[in-house]
Amino acid sequence: MRRFSWFNATSLTLGFAFLYMPMIILVIYSFNASKLVTVWGGFSTRWYGTLIRNEAFLDAAWVTLQVGVVSSTVATILGTMAAQVMVRAGRFPGRTLFSGMIYAPLVMPEVITGLSLLLLFIGIGLDRGIFTIILAHTTFSMCYVSVVVSSRLVAFDRALEEAALDLGCTHFEAFRLVTLPIIAPAVISGWLLAFTLSLDDLVIASFTAGPSATTLPMKIWSSVRLGVSPEINALSTLMIAVVTIGVVTASLLSKRASIRRQQEEREAFQVTP
Amino acid sequence: MAQPKPQTVFAPWTDPDAKPLIRFRNVTKRFGDFTAIDDLTLDIYEKEFFALLGPSGCGKTTMMRMLAGFESITEGTIELAGQDIAPVPPNKRAVNMMFQSYALFPHLSVWDNIAFGLRREGMEKDRMNTRVEEMLRLTRLERFAKRKPHQISGGQRQRVALARSLAKAPKLLLLDEPLGALDAKLRQDTQFELMDIQEKTGTTFVIVTHDQEEAMTVASRVAVMDEGRLMQVDTPAEIYEQPATTYVADFIGDVNLMKGNADPKEGFVLLDWAPNQPQIKAETSKNFAAGQELHYAIRPEKIAITAEKPAEAPNALQGKVLDIAYLGNISTYHVELPGGQIVKAQTANTRRLANRGFTWEDEVWLSWTATAGVLLES
Ligand SMILES: Nc1ncnc2c1ncn2[C@@H]1O[C@H](COP(=O)(O)OP(=O)(O)OP(=O)(O)O)[C@@H](O)[C@H]1O
Ligand SMILES: [Mg+2]
Repeated sequence: MRRFSWFNATSLTLGFAFLYMPMIILVIYSFNASKLVTVWGGFSTRWYGTLIRNEAFLDAAWVTLQVGVVSSTVATILGTMAAQVMVRAGRFPGRTLFSGMIYAPLVMPEVITGLSLLLLFIGIGLDRGIFTIILAHTTFSMCYVSVVVSSRLVAFDRALEEAALDLGCTHFEAFRLVTLPIIAPAVISGWLLAFTLSLDDLVIASFTAGPSATTLPMKIWSSVRLGVSPEINALSTLMIAVVTIGVVTASLLSKRASIRRQQEEREAFQVTP
Repeated sequence: MAQPKPQTVFAPWTDPDAKPLIRFRNVTKRFGDFTAIDDLTLDIYEKEFFALLGPSGCGKTTMMRMLAGFESITEGTIELAGQDIAPVPPNKRAVNMMFQSYALFPHLSVWDNIAFGLRREGMEKDRMNTRVEEMLRLTRLERFAKRKPHQISGGQRQRVALARSLAKAPKLLLLDEPLGALDAKLRQDTQFELMDIQEKTGTTFVIVTHDQEEAMTVASRVAVMDEGRLMQVDTPAEIYEQPATTYVADFIGDVNLMKGNADPKEGFVLLDWAPNQPQIKAETSKNFAAGQELHYAIRPEKIAITAEKPAEAPNALQGKVLDIAYLGNISTYHVELPGGQIVKAQTANTRRLANRGFTWEDEVWLSWTATAGVLLES
């Protein structure tokens, strides 16, 4: 079935070029010795050096990481709880309203979400900083988590929870010992999704950040407005590297897990004498 | 009809002083405006092996789920050992259930599935290991202990579910079609195993089954249900020999039903059931009005089939063999009577096939005694 054809080869090349050409150019120019972004002045890693010494960028990266980890963790917990309620609790007064409200931020323009959060924080007199960014990111990524988790919960056989209750579990134990291990893949992908969304976000962070905290996307955006510097290229290349390493590690881990499972299965199938 | 042998016969339901373990009092269960259980009143006694029998969708699983605590009760009360169970959550009830869908935990091995309830109990490790091994041996799953549920066959899964529900040795065990996926041999072994467990532990079993033979083999009493109502609750022998309604007679086993009008005499009834046919004579203690419309129910194995007219049979009819169903140990003859009615008669195949007495189109005589069948009001 796998026959070579010029049509396939061309579309493949074009497709990949379209996707990766901009990034490749970015990576190449990050090693440019020249200060001018568009003029090639020979290979150098000097921009990585200056980047590491750039406190502002490092601070922004640290803020981004903190916001990402904390907000996606809280969003995962809240989103999973919301999903559990919506899938399991059956009918209760206000259910439709509740589920509609959970999904609303999904379709709401980010500008509106950001603006309304800003107004809220000002209204209740909360000082804007890393805490408000975390709150804002939790709010909007929670609904993504709940969508991912509830789609898994819908397919989950209710009788399993009942069996756990029947065998002496409390509701919480049933969730911890039976439901959670089974829906874990969905919860983990929910977390990864929330983390990615948080890393990505520029608009909402711009509304809710204060002078004390700036995220990396905000920092990049504001420096680019003064002109693209080779330093930004270096920073972006590092981000690409981090993401690549993350993806490769994740896939290696899952591959190892599946190999181990296969091995366990083989062992299990061996007849014990 | 129960023989009075109080020391050996287990029949607490005949004892007015006996305290039932489970008491359904006018229990009704509705889903929306659909009534799944309709005003059900029933006592189940300790150490009983109680079988629920009925067509699909008649409410058997719903009854069990109410006992286990997964379904609320719309009206009425259920008492377990004298206590209203409505406010008791499922994990606090001394009841275990084997689910119709097995509900095995997919992320746990067979061993851990069986040990799950024991761990929750906080049983110490040594005792737990012994108990799980015992359960594995009982259900012949020793070789599969390390596997996950998706790595074993349907029948093996069913045995894991059974082992898991048995492991905690509960006071009341609810089995929702526990043996449906097992082959005949293993099913029979497991049935005897269940009865054995029951004798040893004194656990009360409520078992749902679609298999009448199974109900007959294992049950102390059988409840026949239809559309959320109890049609009859009685010992297997009574249900079989003395069905209360034509529905029960028809549902349990094979039966010939003849409709006719009563002609009551002293101690027996003559039934006019077809023109130009002799009346059917049936002994009965019940009183029927003259001309009352009745059904006469008689089991095929109660009807003898002969070539000559038997000399002294209270009931004898002539007919022609229409069809023969050979079932190995027995054969069922479908005999057509002159009026067109078809009567089934069963004989044990004590001889080899070649020596069999009758074949298609043979003229034969069907005969039976006056006590062989029962009269049922329409
Ligand atoms: N959660 C529910 N909501 C609405 N109707 C239900 C629900 N559960 C059961 N029913 C209905 O109640 C009736 C009894 O169901 P139940 O599961 O008790 O049947 P069953 O006797 O166990 O049948 P089977 O032999 O097929 O297992 C069925 O008609 C079913 O459709
Ligand atoms: Mg059922």
